[in-house]
Amino acid sequence: MNLRRDVFQAIADPTRRAIMLLVASQAMSAGAIAANFDTARPTVSKHLQILTECELLKPEQNGREIYYHINAKGMKDVAEFIEPFRKMWDDRFNALESIMKNYKAK
Amino acid sequence: MELKTKIIAEEGRQDLLITREFDLPVELLFKAFAEPEIVEQWMGTKVLKLESKKHGSWQYETSDAKGNVVFKADGTIHEFSPNRKITRTFEMANAPFGVQLEVLEFEMINGDTSRINMHVIYESNALRDQMLKLPFAQGINMAHNRLQDILSKLK
Repeated sequence: MNLRRDVFQAIADPTRRAIMLLVASQAMSAGAIAANFDTARPTVSKHLQILTECELLKPEQNGREIYYHINAKGMKDVAEFIEPFRKMWDDRFNALESIMKNYKAK
Repeated sequence: MELKTKIIAEEGRQDLLITREFDLPVELLFKAFAEPEIVEQWMGTKVLKLESKKHGSWQYETSDAKGNVVFKADGTIHEFSPNRKITRTFEMANAPFGVQLEVLEFEMINGDTSRINMHVIYESNALRDQMLKLPFAQGINMAHNRLQDILSKLK
């Protein structure tokens, strides 16, 4: 249960979500990930550490560099990941509903 | 609070179902999916093209505050039956998620309320789960926009 909460906290942060998106297409080194952000390198390192602790990312030593991979094991349970996806559609549909209520009133 | 939007995604399958009831007549609900200027408002994206007819196509694009394109998606429409059904494809540009088939069914509950059932079929179970694991993937624009907002506040 603790892990579940941690996972949600981990992906609640927009920078960490953006990192996950980057790494989703290919494993990347910390330097390559940091190059995509205006944020200071230590801040990106902290995000990588949190994502690793929550088992969303898996670091692997490759020569001198550490490459970050998406950790499929940590993301095994679909149910845990459905909530942000559901929330995204709920937000969109809430907007739709209020827009069309106004439309109707016109 | 009750969850208005429900999602059913069974393990091991390559599809999912999104369902939601609206305090709107089915005609208004359908209109929100058919008219480009309304889609723009609730999807929060620019609609470059939306031909609401059989064999029509659509194209969305979202830019950040600096004008960089952060999200691009397109597809074609296979069925367009007013107030009843839209069948279309969805593909996000520059993303490894493949093409989705989306079957949207619009249902009248009574004169003032209606329901949408969105059946989304992915190319594989793995691709579906990737999409779910990255719930912001479709909303990549939003994630980036929030990121931009936060970054600009820090500066």
